Amino acid sequence: MSSVQDAVDQVVLPGDVLLLPVQAADAPLSLSAAASDTKRMRVVCGPGLVRHGEDLQVTKCGLLRHREPAVYWVESHQKRYVPVKGDHVIGIVTMKSGDIFRLDVAGSDQASLSFLAFEGATKKNRPNVKVGDLVYGQFIVANKDMEPELACIDGSGKANGMGVIGLDGFMFKVSLGLVRKLLTPQNDIIQELMNVFPMELVIGMNGRIWIKAKTIQQTLIVANILEACEYLTAAQRKQVFAKFSD
Amino acid sequence: MTLENTLGAEEIPKGRTLYWKCKIVLVELDRKSQGVMDQDVQSSFCGFAIYYCISTTLLRELSNRIDGRQTYDYRNIKITFGTEYGCCIVELGKTRVLGQVSCELVAPKMNRPTEGILFFNLELSSMASPAFESGRSSELLVKLNRLLERCLRNSKCIDTESLCVQAGEKVWQIRVDLHLLNHEGNIMDAASIAAVAALCHFRRPDVSVQGEEVTVYSPEERDPVPLSIHHMPICVSFAFFQQGTFLLVDPSEREERVMDGLLVIAMNKHREICTIQSSGGIMLLKDQVLRCSKVAGVKVAEITELIQKALENDKKVRKEGGKFGFAESLPDQKITALKIEKSPVDTSDVEGKAEEIISRSEPPSDCYKASGVGCWYCPDWRGHWKCMGGDIEESEDEEDDDLETSSVFPESHKVIDKPAKKNPEANSMQAFICLALRRGFHRATLT
Repeated sequence: MSSVQDAVDQVVLPGDVLLLPVQAADAPLSLSAAASDTKRMRVVCGPGLVRHGEDLQVTKCGLLRHREPAVYWVESHQKRYVPVKGDHVIGIVTMKSGDIFRLDVAGSDQASLSFLAFEGATKKNRPNVKVGDLVYGQFIVANKDMEPELACIDGSGKANGMGVIGLDGFMFKVSLGLVRKLLTPQNDIIQELMNVFPMELVIGMNGRIWIKAKTIQQTLIVANILEACEYLTAAQRKQVFAKFSD
Repeated sequence: MTLENTLGAEEIPKGRTLYWKCKIVLVELDRKSQGVMDQDVQSSFCGFAIYYCISTTLLRELSNRIDGRQTYDYRNIKITFGTEYGCCIVELGKTRVLGQVSCELVAPKMNRPTEGILFFNLELSSMASPAFESGRSSELLVKLNRLLERCLRNSKCIDTESLCVQAGEKVWQIRVDLHLLNHEGNIMDAASIAAVAALCHFRRPDVSVQGEEVTVYSPEERDPVPLSIHHMPICVSFAFFQQGTFLLVDPSEREERVMDGLLVIAMNKHREICTIQSSGGIMLLKDQVLRCSKVAGVKVAEITELIQKALENDKKVRKEGGKFGFAESLPDQKITALKIEKSPVDTSDVEGKAEEIISRSEPPSDCYKASGVGCWYCPDWRGHWKCMGGDIEESEDEEDDDLETSSVFPESHKVIDKPAKKNPEANSMQAFICLALRRGFHRATLT
């Protein structure tokens, strides 16, 4: 048993119990506005952590991460996607039934997508979505007990880049860790790759990546490079990119 | 380098063992070959399958596949043996199969009182692919198990008579369990290689019979004895597209989804066909089957050589008392690609301190009990899943260049960098401990 703060950015293993910082347990619980002034902190358990009485229990092995004020999660190598509200994912349309589309989002269950959840769609003006199309959307419902639901518009009704992805291009699957890595603001992989091969790119949090470069050959090269990037150091990566840039 | 160029000339180059070499390959497409790659990839979907419509015109000159292989190329094969006898993991590209052989003394079958019993079981767990449901035997599973039995049992590659201890009373039952750990296509080939490698690696306890009394000796008393293996049948899969117009060796998962038909040829290195099975309902011409068996002959020879080499290596290492087992053969892959700001580390007289630490330190197992927290805390390595190979000097160089970690949030850096700056001495010590423990460390966390 160790305290959460000590374990941040360390490797944690399933079964580890992490002690939360001692809080003023006897702080008065009140519904008034003054309650927010007390020192009670709201701890948020992300993936890989569950509440264990007053403490946190680890359920995955990986690195414990922390964000202020008290958000904790375990970053691990994983291939299977679990829908999370707000995630942008690439889904494949498997069925059209009445007013909704069914999408395979690589999770345990299929997600539903209303035909009205597209920009400019009305009852009369249906979006042109066919079975087999790739759709880039955002989860608006993702509970463990309910069917997840996607939407291709944001809160203001704009597509904001979401919607059906064009017919050509190439979609492939990578690990969730790689996707998270590609999407972190600090990383240069995409930028460096863009300099070598100009391309269109869609990254879904569910481990699916769609790319389209100038030619099919380039598309495949990019796909293979991206897959390989997971285990490359920056120096190795630069070497690879240098090879392709001439 | 391609086989197909020489195939027409009735000559297939032998001993092309070069590209079996196990290495972590960064897939690099051969840019020189201008052969147009034509996977016009429409990601259309039907049920579970993504159809990659491979257009006709381009397939004719198909020289490169989605993963950059040529038509007759296998993916890299890697065979590793566990610490126990009869245990191996076979990697075929990213497809991984674990094979485990075990044995038991049982009563023989009534109709064959002098023959040992062979049992094969392949399992497709849902860990390998979300498409597999555990506890349910799918059509694919039944097909694969049947094929495996035909390939290995019916080809009589193992001398079952030698497994007899007492006729009609006691025989050895050899059980081969195969578990698919990751599914990236071509399960059959990987499973057959795993089964053969595990059987070759296996040692059964020695027994002696005196009158009615059967004594089974433990490995300490008498060396366990290997099975007597006549030959090594190995499956080679061919995927056919467009009603047999085009064929590929070792189809990957994506290729399997769109193939029209599959031909599996099980062969040994003497070019004796042990099993042949065609599925998918395609009409194959005599020429095609002949051509496939020719290719299979070459592939089987190469794979057999590889298995034998792996067995020899394992034997040698065991004899010399070196380190063996799965953990030793794990590739040292780090999940790193980001960069962080430089953080200078004081590494003057590190060595002295390191010695000191080691002399004072407890055995590493205690550190594991501390459950990976606070024990080898070290900001510079924090993002690394595994610490780097090499020594301290090397790591310094790396820090001078841009250091990469997989840590995602810059805020967290700030938090931990503070103690690091206060106490650079402790920092370098921890770096050393980190290095010293790296072996056991990733074994504990990542396997």
